[in-house]
Amino acid sequence: MLLAEIEGSLSAVGYGLAAIGPGIGVGIIFAAYIQATARQPESARLTQQWVWIGFAVVEALALLGIAFGFVFQ
Amino acid sequence: MRVNVLSAGTVASDVHFPPTVEEFFPPALGLDGWLTKFTLYTWVAVAVLIIFFLVAYRRPTLVPSRAQWIAESIYGFARDSIAVPMLGHEGVKFAPYFATLLSFILLTNLYGIIPGIQISTNTHIAFPIVLAAISYLMFNYIGIRKHGFVKYMKNSLVPSAPWYILPLLIPIEFFSTFIVRPVTLALRLFANMFAGHMILAVFALGGFALLNAQTWYIKPISVLSWVMAIGLTFLEALVILLQAYVFVILTASYISGALAEEH
Repeated sequence: MLLAEIEGSLSAVGYGLAAIGPGIGVGIIFAAYIQATARQPESARLTQQWVWIGFAVVEALALLGIAFGFVFQ
Repeated sequence: MRVNVLSAGTVASDVHFPPTVEEFFPPALGLDGWLTKFTLYTWVAVAVLIIFFLVAYRRPTLVPSRAQWIAESIYGFARDSIAVPMLGHEGVKFAPYFATLLSFILLTNLYGIIPGIQISTNTHIAFPIVLAAISYLMFNYIGIRKHGFVKYMKNSLVPSAPWYILPLLIPIEFFSTFIVRPVTLALRLFANMFAGHMILAVFALGGFALLNAQTWYIKPISVLSWVMAIGLTFLEALVILLQAYVFVILTASYISGALAEEH
């Protein structure tokens, strides 16, 4: 006897869960950059390249989520 | 879900929504199947880059012409903002490759939003795989050439940690340096372009699907969908620039890691 049944794409739910981590991660990166620049404005130029590297590395996980959403159909 | 429209067709009569992956890959153009649109676009990108850089530097003047200024800006950005901050003085040797890589990835990514083309060749994972393989071979070769194979492996795999944790750390370092790096380089570029294209396709085709709705009050929402598509095209432009920059700066970072002396 089925108590409840969910129909539809489980990979969509999976992607939604997978996007939580990178969402928080990207927020942390930019928050760190803003705080560091607020404390010491001269360091902004120095740390800016690490902002983009960090963002891309974290975003890669979110995009793996999108890509594998299509693979695991 | 296929939406069939039998109206006095202002829109496509058969809109396949939501778009699937199969629709990314256009049919072959001819010549026994290997000449596809992607092949053609890659050839065009290579030709444009070679011709542009050759012509821009044909007769360099002290006060640059506009093409010369653009070419110098690209090379100057690759050298002053990527190669030298990552690699120091030796970075200037790598600046031509970084400039080429940056402009090639930028151009092939830009295909994704140029009207008429609107598909980036990097949505086919083969192209980012080749670029990442070149970067992978490059940083390993440079590290081995500088340090010798054994010393390079020791520098890469053995972090400065107490001896009893090393059996745990060394497999992690191996996996991270020699497996994850090339895979994520390729996958990052591919997934960004793939996802961007899918998003644009969803909003554009979704506008048509809404326009073909059965009830009249849903039809105006298609305009909203197309406005979102325009807004997301601008976001896609930002992602394009960012992904080209990130690919090159990560390559530079891996090379500088390979060249670094022991901790």
